[in-house]
Amino acid sequence: MPVVDRPMTETTSRDLFPGALEMMILESLRRQPAHGYALVQHIQQRSNNLLQVEEGSLYPALQRLLKAKLVKAEWGVSSTNRRVRTYQITASGLRHLEQQISSFERMFEGITLVLNPGKSPAN
Amino acid sequence: MNWIPGIFRRRKLHDDLSEEIRLHIEERVEQLMSEGQSPQEARRRACIAFGNPALVEERSREVWQWPTLESILADARFALRQLRKSPGFTFAAVFTLMLAIGANAVVFGVLNALILRPVNVPDAESLHAINQTNDQWASYPEYLDLRARNHTFSDIAAMALSQVALDSGKDPSRIWGFEVTGNYFGVLGVHPYLGRLFDPSDERGMNSAPYIVLTYAYWHRQFHDDQGVVGHMVRVNRHPFTILGVTPPDFRGTFIFFAPNFYVPMVNHDQIYSGEGNLNERGGRGVIQMLGHLRPGVSEAQAVADLDTVGAALAKTYPNTDGHESFALGRPSLPEVLGRPVRAFVAALMLLAGLILLAACANLGSLFAARASDRSREVALRLALGSSRTRILRQLLTEALLISLAGGAAGLAASIVLLRRLDTWQPFSGVPIHVPVQPDANVYLVALLLAVVSGFLFGIVPVRQVFRANPYEIVKAGSGARAGRRITARDILLVTQIAICGVLVTASLVAVRGLARSLHGNFGIDPNQVLLVETDLKISGYSPASIPPTQRRMIDALEAIPGVERVGLVSFPPLGRGGSWKANVFRDESRDLRPANAAANSFKYAISPDYLRAAGTTLLEGRGFTWNDDKGAPPVALVNRQFAVSILGSPANAVGRYFRAADGTRIEVVGMVEDGKYLSVAEAQQPAFFVPVTQQDPLGEQWMLVRSARDPGQLAKSVRAAVRGLDAGMPLDMLMWTRELDFSMFPARMASLSLGVLGVLGAMLSITGIFGMAAYSVSKRLKELGIRVALGAQRKEVLQAALGRAVKMLALGSAAGLLLGILASRVLASIVYQATPRDPLVLAGVVLAMLLLGLVATWIPAQRALSVDPLILLREE
Repeated sequence: MPVVDRPMTETTSRDLFPGALEMMILESLRRQPAHGYALVQHIQQRSNNLLQVEEGSLYPALQRLLKAKLVKAEWGVSSTNRRVRTYQITASGLRHLEQQISSFERMFEGITLVLNPGKSPAN
Repeated sequence: MNWIPGIFRRRKLHDDLSEEIRLHIEERVEQLMSEGQSPQEARRRACIAFGNPALVEERSREVWQWPTLESILADARFALRQLRKSPGFTFAAVFTLMLAIGANAVVFGVLNALILRPVNVPDAESLHAINQTNDQWASYPEYLDLRARNHTFSDIAAMALSQVALDSGKDPSRIWGFEVTGNYFGVLGVHPYLGRLFDPSDERGMNSAPYIVLTYAYWHRQFHDDQGVVGHMVRVNRHPFTILGVTPPDFRGTFIFFAPNFYVPMVNHDQIYSGEGNLNERGGRGVIQMLGHLRPGVSEAQAVADLDTVGAALAKTYPNTDGHESFALGRPSLPEVLGRPVRAFVAALMLLAGLILLAACANLGSLFAARASDRSREVALRLALGSSRTRILRQLLTEALLISLAGGAAGLAASIVLLRRLDTWQPFSGVPIHVPVQPDANVYLVALLLAVVSGFLFGIVPVRQVFRANPYEIVKAGSGARAGRRITARDILLVTQIAICGVLVTASLVAVRGLARSLHGNFGIDPNQVLLVETDLKISGYSPASIPPTQRRMIDALEAIPGVERVGLVSFPPLGRGGSWKANVFRDESRDLRPANAAANSFKYAISPDYLRAAGTTLLEGRGFTWNDDKGAPPVALVNRQFAVSILGSPANAVGRYFRAADGTRIEVVGMVEDGKYLSVAEAQQPAFFVPVTQQDPLGEQWMLVRSARDPGQLAKSVRAAVRGLDAGMPLDMLMWTRELDFSMFPARMASLSLGVLGVLGAMLSITGIFGMAAYSVSKRLKELGIRVALGAQRKEVLQAALGRAVKMLALGSAAGLLLGILASRVLASIVYQATPRDPLVLAGVVLAMLLLGLVATWIPAQRALSVDPLILLREE
């Protein structure tokens, strides 16, 4: 999975590499099913607000996952009594997530080695 | 196949998505409000946090789309909406393309039919015609030798044209057909539709195969699909022939222009043919075409080398008749003599049609650029709202393609109608000549391709404009005119287009003028008020001995008709469709009478004493013939001026000198006549000589020239009655000589017609181009013009400001077009007699035409510029 090299729009934030958002969504859904808004909240909280994900960008990613049948969606009512569309990870979604995580870890390891020569990657 | 329910699910998906996004933003708003924000502030922040909902929705939808097709459809729908908003523009664009693509489709249809499409027989690709490089036709013995001695062809068939009197018990008529060798159908792989076709086993020597095979068209027309005709006897030139069978409907012989009515075996040539010479004569020129398939593994070069070897051997064995001949392979559909000019002409037409399309693209390109700059505000807004530039470009291109496809479809439809009309057109009554140009898949494909390519061509013109556009500037400033003095791509396009149109207008004027001149040119004859009477004494059953007295009696009978001034008799009239005799002539001092040593291959006419006066040919010097110049008297001839110059040395003392015929006879020149045209009005001046009909072998086919001021219809009746008085059964055809000339004028007429049409197309395109540009520049600068008027500008100044640029470009383009057109017109001179661009009238005509075009095209914009009301304009802002 190549890292996309785009010009930075701001010095403090950068675009995610393709697939990163999908991976985080799947990981969140693995813990528990959620609707879009809750997913955004979850990802932002878990990342200590380091990842400023534009909320809207979640939806194309969700559609891609839906199309690939890695998640499924259902309209329902949330605990706060709202009409929501809840996403759930599927079996193939779980498998995909595992593959993605392991390949991401290998990539991360590689990048770290290049950026910090001499140091072994922290584990 | 799960995309099928997918299409139906799509709408639901989209609705879900919008709902979801709406709910998401709501939730965020509520969250923010619960944190103490005002409702407005909360909504603003929620929207910022979410990003552009429309974009998000589009991106999300794209996930589900069949990636390209659906967005293309969406673009197409959008483009259609845009086009519907400006019907005038759309109509102009589609119409322009219709003309341009239609012209191309028609020309390509002709090109396809005449040059690309092979003859309709199995394995046509490996079928080759064997041509002699000196354009001469072969003799039957030579054909037999080539067939027997070559090692590269699996077999060689031969054919000749012939006209016979066919009598099937009813009305006897003279019809055209092919004399073919016995293996003709076998070589081509043609199978009978009815009965059987003859084959080599039917031929057992001269006149051994009195069989005739009818073509489907003739059988259908004359025998009304009667299956019983097979085995019946018909009379061909009064000889009994048996109908063997009928060829299939889709086989029309190997010549593309000429659809025969029948096929007869060539071995029976001497019964069929009425001209001089017989089949077995070496040095005869009866075989018009030889064709055959190469053996497997043999290349064309090997075949040519093989044939040349045989030709060289023949030239050695028969030095007096078979000159050193070299061969070339060609396509069977067009004999090489005809093929070369036809190919050159059609290629030139294709080029011009291509130019027309190019001009149309330039025209539309500048229209599109203008349109894009008119829409720059819309484009800028869309860019500002997050649309990508490629997306916008794709939409512009879609629009261009839609227009080009619509134009292409309309053009193709028009061209199909035209080609079908052309296909059924028979330019000459009595001769089965027609141009089979039924459009086929190739034509459709080319039209489509041209449409798509031209769509891209004019669609990409505004690309740079869009890529350079700075949305913020444009939204702020509006798309007002920035007085650009630079030369833009649009200007270049316009000048190019006008130049192309200038070329077309020049070329068509040159051609039309050339035709007009050649119609009134001097052909060495005066065809007005001359009735041609074609008869064939051999076909009518006269023996060679009885022919000369019969000819005398016929001339006397016709001269006796009241109102008839002169009656002449000739082997073939000049510029007639029957063609012409040619003969090798030698200088008096020549002793070596091999063809290679001939002084010239001259036209030869056998004439009666009164022919010159009947034909209106002026005798310049010496005397004409009398009936006393017969076989008992020394051989004499009249020559034309060109003959005197090129063979006798000079015209000054031509009379009294001698030249030799191919058989060595010394012929005395007793007179010199004016030069003329003999085979085609476009030919270079050719030598010709005339001999007394009384010193020739008796003519079979003969033409009588009846000069009379009487009404042609009345005259024809009297002539028929007079001839019938001598022989009731003699078939005769009559036609005014002026009509007969149509035949030799045909190429020039076709050339002028097609060039004229292309010229008109070019003119129309330049009008729309200049008009578009002028109208656009006026409408762009209305405000400026209004201010000028308000500040007291005169009409002249206003016009100069509004149209100066357009007029300058028109002048520039026309000058370039005129120059190029003059260069291009040199090519024309070979087709259209007397077509020369160095003609003050043509030059003046072109300048005048371009001026008129400019005037017409700028009239309306000029009116608009002059009627500017500064008050209204200034109030608007």
